[in-house]
Amino acid sequence: MIRSTILVSGDPISLSRGAEETKLAIEAELSFYGLEDEVQVGYTGRVNRTDVLPVVVVYPEGTVYGPVTPRDGSEIVEEHLYKGRVVDHLTVAAEIAAAEIDTLGELSDTLYGQKRIVLRRAGLIDPYSIDDYIAEDGYFALATALTDMTPDDVLQTVKNSNLQGRGGAGFPTGLKWSFVAQQAEPTRYIVCNADESEPGTFKDRLIIEGDPHSVLEGMALSGYAVGAHEGWIYIRGEYVMARDILNRAIAQAEEMNLLGDGILGSDFSFHIHVHAGAGAYICGEETALLNSLEGQRGIPRIRPPYPTVSGFRGMPTVVNNVETLANVAPIVLNGADWFRAIGTNRSPGTKVYTMLGDVNITGLVETPMGTTLREIIDIYGGGVKDGKAFKAAQTGGSSGTIIPADLLDVPMDFASMQEKGAGLGSGALLVCDEDTDIVDLAYVLVRFFMTESCGKCTPCRVGNVQMLESLERLRKGMARRSDLERLEEIADFVQQSSFCGLGQAAPVPILTGLRYFRDEFEARLRA
Amino acid sequence: MEDVIAATNRIIDKYGANSESLVEILRELNDVGGYLTTEHLAQAAKRLRVPESKVASVASFYSLISLEPMGRHVIRFCQDAPCHVVGGREVWEALEHELGIPFGETTLDGEWSLMTTSCIGACAVGPVMMVDEDIYGNLTPERAREIIARYRTASRQAAQSAERAGFAAQGGQE
Ligand SMILES: Cc1cc2nc3c(=O)[nH]c(=O)nc-3n(C[C@H](O)[C@H](O)[C@H](O)COP(=O)(O)O)c2cc1C
Ligand code: FES
Repeated sequence: MIRSTILVSGDPISLSRGAEETKLAIEAELSFYGLEDEVQVGYTGRVNRTDVLPVVVVYPEGTVYGPVTPRDGSEIVEEHLYKGRVVDHLTVAAEIAAAEIDTLGELSDTLYGQKRIVLRRAGLIDPYSIDDYIAEDGYFALATALTDMTPDDVLQTVKNSNLQGRGGAGFPTGLKWSFVAQQAEPTRYIVCNADESEPGTFKDRLIIEGDPHSVLEGMALSGYAVGAHEGWIYIRGEYVMARDILNRAIAQAEEMNLLGDGILGSDFSFHIHVHAGAGAYICGEETALLNSLEGQRGIPRIRPPYPTVSGFRGMPTVVNNVETLANVAPIVLNGADWFRAIGTNRSPGTKVYTMLGDVNITGLVETPMGTTLREIIDIYGGGVKDGKAFKAAQTGGSSGTIIPADLLDVPMDFASMQEKGAGLGSGALLVCDEDTDIVDLAYVLVRFFMTESCGKCTPCRVGNVQMLESLERLRKGMARRSDLERLEEIADFVQQSSFCGLGQAAPVPILTGLRYFRDEFEARLRA
Repeated sequence: MEDVIAATNRIIDKYGANSESLVEILRELNDVGGYLTTEHLAQAAKRLRVPESKVASVASFYSLISLEPMGRHVIRFCQDAPCHVVGGREVWEALEHELGIPFGETTLDGEWSLMTTSCIGACAVGPVMMVDEDIYGNLTPERAREIIARYRTASRQAAQSAERAGFAAQGGQE
């Protein structure tokens, strides 16, 4: 039985002031007192007065607290939720509470000058309420598609929008859908990839936790376009709250006939199921994901055949990332031209990044494709921490490239980054200041791949162990020049001969680290 | 307490006796007692009609499923780069020191297991660790020690009140 709801403000200002940690502290404290089943916690609300951010609102009383540090969050749980006493010294003045808190605040594209498509509702609506979503144009694209558009119209709109997959590779989404639509086999599936295990990436979780219906609506539109009637969301096992939010959102949508049989009186039926993983990075790779979805070990399959031909249960399957799917309803609603006007020619739209490391403001940023790394760090990240100098950034998660200051001004989209030998990947941006030890960083990154290698192929299974050993010797100042040469050879070999993307990407941080910061590796050699 | 067979059956009934749900079933079953025994695996194999060897091989693949007993509290410390560059290494050392065990092990009294995890997506507040289901962020060596102390106090209090309850029950009988 839920008896209370706690909402924490999730706007960028609140997040920059530690709202996420406050929320975590509240959740930890709730489970400490055994209240986790009675009290639900979410993000919402926007306050016009920034001096009280982040705020915490406790319903049904409607008590508003702010600004709330993690420690205050624990106190609110102990006093208010556990003992039932309002914490007077943390509440905001009544007139601010009444006038300023708007749980359904007006939409704003201009917070920090961000352009928001995917995140436009996140933090502004209650993710547990389908009414909030509907009030902000929710399910309007689906309704329009079902009444005024043929499946092919939807497919062509997405194709013309040039939407590219946001799961890392940037594959054109409309093209992928058309492969599935062409198959003779009538049973088809839509799979949403919410495995999100790339270190430094949590955009998909926040999209789901902030606006779950946007993903469901995107899946339904995709199903309509390619003729699928069943969708599966594969979500990583650790994302307990996001899973819960999705399950509730699906139930609400089914109740209102926005999902399920004969949606809105049409003859299109679409059911969505949620399937949670159990901890394995490789399950984000689409064919490993499909194996895991079928109850197997998450080992990659040989491609071809691609999932578009033989995917889930051997049937034609669309596999798309959460962020990709969250872009679909806005595109169908506003048209391909609207979408193409945002971002760059080759990569329209926006990109959601997670900015981390040595910057003043960490967290989620959504900006048009083509924004440079320097702009993102300076404008949204508030600059490098403690006034230090920028040394390197790693883009795209663990498998991403380590890039030096010379690439700070490259407009970031899939193609331009690729031309520079870098990648957007998952959208993780890890900023490292002048004090960062690149050898140490490479060591930690390789350790990740060694842990997560699925063990199917030898180059990846053995190569990562050997690379880690070499780096360990280097770190301790025990390596000779021949060790460094061998490290490079192994890295090359693992990149060339691994079976799947995990092994092929694992050496990237070493190779790019060596390309741009070779002197640091050499400085660690034994004299 | 619910026995192994009953727990296994309950969770299989929830998901349906369908081999596609094997990974979800094993994960949820693991959460009941912290790890899986051969008895769990055998019962799951029987109900789902798949070979026991397959169930074991699936179970061993996923990191949220454990085939070894775990401590009463399990710490999972994030070992990935975003947490590492913001001070993870110092916290790593503090945890080993405070609990007196290296990563990967369980204390002799069975109270604590010290494990690593890959990124759990809380890197904006790194370094990060999970204690059982709860996430703690912005860790420093000091804060990590404080958090452990809190759990220790809570278990001591629980033990004391259980003892008192025991006395009271005995007193009542006389
Ligand atoms: C090792 C590895 C891990 C991956 N992890 C993810 C992931 O966590 N989420 C994701 O959406 N795609 C991941 N991908 C990419 C998927 O294989 C696939 O390309 C993607 O889900 C397609 O969706 P999109 O076209 O919408 O980008 C991964 C790929 C590899 C090789
Ligand atoms: S890297 Fe530690 S939580 Fe993401």
